[in-house]
Amino acid sequence: MQSLQKITSRFIPLRIENVDTDQIIPARFLKATTKDGFGKNLFRDWRYENDDEAKPKADFVLNQKQYAGEILVAAKNFGCGSSREHAAWSIQDYGFKVVVSSFFADIFKNNALNNGVLPVTVTDAFLQQIFAVSPNDTLTVDLAKQTITIDATGATEKFDINSYKKTCLLNGYDDIDYLLSMKEEIEAYEKVNHQ
Amino acid sequence: MGKTIFDKIWDKHVVKIIEDGPSVVYIDKHLIHEVTSPQAFSGIEKRGAKLFRPAQIVATADHNVPTLHQDLPIKDALSKFQVDTLIDNCKKHGVELYGLGHKYQGIVHVIGPELGITQPGMTIVCGDSHTSTHGAFGAIAFGIGTSEVEMVFAAQCIMQSKPKVMRINIDGTLKNGVVSKDIILYIIAQISASGATGYFVEYAGSAIRALSMEARMTICNMSIEMGARGGMIAPDQTTYDYMQGRMFAPKGAAWEQKLAAWKELYTDADAKFDLEINIKAEAIDPMITYGTNPGMGLSIQGKLPTIESFSDATEKQNYEKALKYMGLTAGQTLIGMPVQNVFIGSCTNSRIEDFRLVASIIKGKQKHPGIKTLIVPGSQEVAKQIKAEGLDKIFEAAGVEIRQAGCSACLGMNEDKIPAGEYCISTSNRNFEGRQGAGARTLLASPLTAAAALLTGKITDIREILN
Repeated sequence: MQSLQKITSRFIPLRIENVDTDQIIPARFLKATTKDGFGKNLFRDWRYENDDEAKPKADFVLNQKQYAGEILVAAKNFGCGSSREHAAWSIQDYGFKVVVSSFFADIFKNNALNNGVLPVTVTDAFLQQIFAVSPNDTLTVDLAKQTITIDATGATEKFDINSYKKTCLLNGYDDIDYLLSMKEEIEAYEKVNHQ
Repeated sequence: MGKTIFDKIWDKHVVKIIEDGPSVVYIDKHLIHEVTSPQAFSGIEKRGAKLFRPAQIVATADHNVPTLHQDLPIKDALSKFQVDTLIDNCKKHGVELYGLGHKYQGIVHVIGPELGITQPGMTIVCGDSHTSTHGAFGAIAFGIGTSEVEMVFAAQCIMQSKPKVMRINIDGTLKNGVVSKDIILYIIAQISASGATGYFVEYAGSAIRALSMEARMTICNMSIEMGARGGMIAPDQTTYDYMQGRMFAPKGAAWEQKLAAWKELYTDADAKFDLEINIKAEAIDPMITYGTNPGMGLSIQGKLPTIESFSDATEKQNYEKALKYMGLTAGQTLIGMPVQNVFIGSCTNSRIEDFRLVASIIKGKQKHPGIKTLIVPGSQEVAKQIKAEGLDKIFEAAGVEIRQAGCSACLGMNEDKIPAGEYCISTSNRNFEGRQGAGARTLLASPLTAAAALLTGKITDIREILN
């Protein structure tokens, strides 16, 4: 897994609530057997008219030239719906390293963390402050300090992440390595507990 | 202080608690399907690791499968490749597969319970958010991502923080025409599509106790639609009666021993919940959704919210976006609105009881000529039972075709899709934009309400037919 420490970037504002994983990556793109190449289909049906890449929808933020960056900022309850990790893969493959929202769905949050994409939960008020600044402004997300800053105004907020996950992300460790190192403990557990 | 049923099962499965981090939780049963497993198999292979406990995994093919002519090769090349990849992976890694053509094949959340694989007290995961279904048996069951599928392959454990616990009590007697799907749509409409995020939900109360296992599964299935990690119901005699004699349920002395342990799985009287919600069963009417998330639901006779009722600008904007997608107007009622499609199926409502309910409504009547149907049993076993009970004759006489088992039009991944712009009364679980096909307009409802529309061609209050 890619490590992530500190990032300063412009951002893409997606002022939509309850963005579900069917919008992030529609089901017809789940037929792949690898993790590669999902970025081109991120938000596919919001991005293109009639599934046609020659017809980008002008009203969608990913198609608007004034917006760019490695941070996606979305309204509350981002990533609800299915457990498809393809949603996290498509966000990562498109080039986002951080997703900011006032509220994340559970499974998406885990999936993002397991792929080196940092979900940053901010207050509603802070989210509105981000939406209010110019698209040329940048945000700085500092994982070690657990802070997100709107660089133009200096407004800063702390965000939560447990120290285990933080260490994993800072160093690019993944849970599977950790579990593989626990084999003996798991076998001991099975001896006592498993039917 | 007493413990909740959730705490009792969770605590027993914790291998290790990481300080200021997740717990390492042991998984008893791992269900897999073709869509969310291939990358986990290749991940394991890349690490040079082996599956740790392949005997605790069961696989099936459901999302990609056609629901007609299952004896022929799958036409869509990518779907076929994904299903073939599952076959290869299961063979290579020693995993039991109930694939296409197998008598146990079906939707993963239908076959687990009907084969007796799902049992009280277990931890069960699957790379599918509707894994919460299995909670109806008093198991901790929830959906996971593909990285977590790989974790279970590698070590039969996942790493997750313990969620908060919520209890939803539904007491009283359901009104005529109201079934378990209406209960869960009512709950989600009350607390919203994110109202239970961070929680594991226990459903309790006299109205829940009175439900069959099929009806309980429908409720637990949709727990994820309000954001919950999962939902569960403490096991009771209804649970044991359903399980006894099923293929993989314990037998003889083993049954008696398990039964004694299962009877300890209940929430202690003095256990504390982080949140408790009380609902009167009598308050629930037949429900239908009007928007693009399952929280946007109302009583079938109800009116859509007015634009003015939203004070928050983003919420108002989102409501207008949903109305535009759905082709509906704020403040309108849905009763009498023509629909073009009826889908009866999915892991929410494709069990034998659902087909009995529908058959009881359409018996001796004719499908409305303007309605296209997708009537899809959840498994080969359900299809067999439909025939054994003669229900197929009732559907046939009504002019309705029963298809073969699979996820079908729930998610627009296989051949079964709803055309753009058309309405579909659907017994499935999600009404997201494009969920049933690009531009499809989904109205979630119970099998009874779906059956009513099948006959009338429009949104109908089932109570008008029942009375």
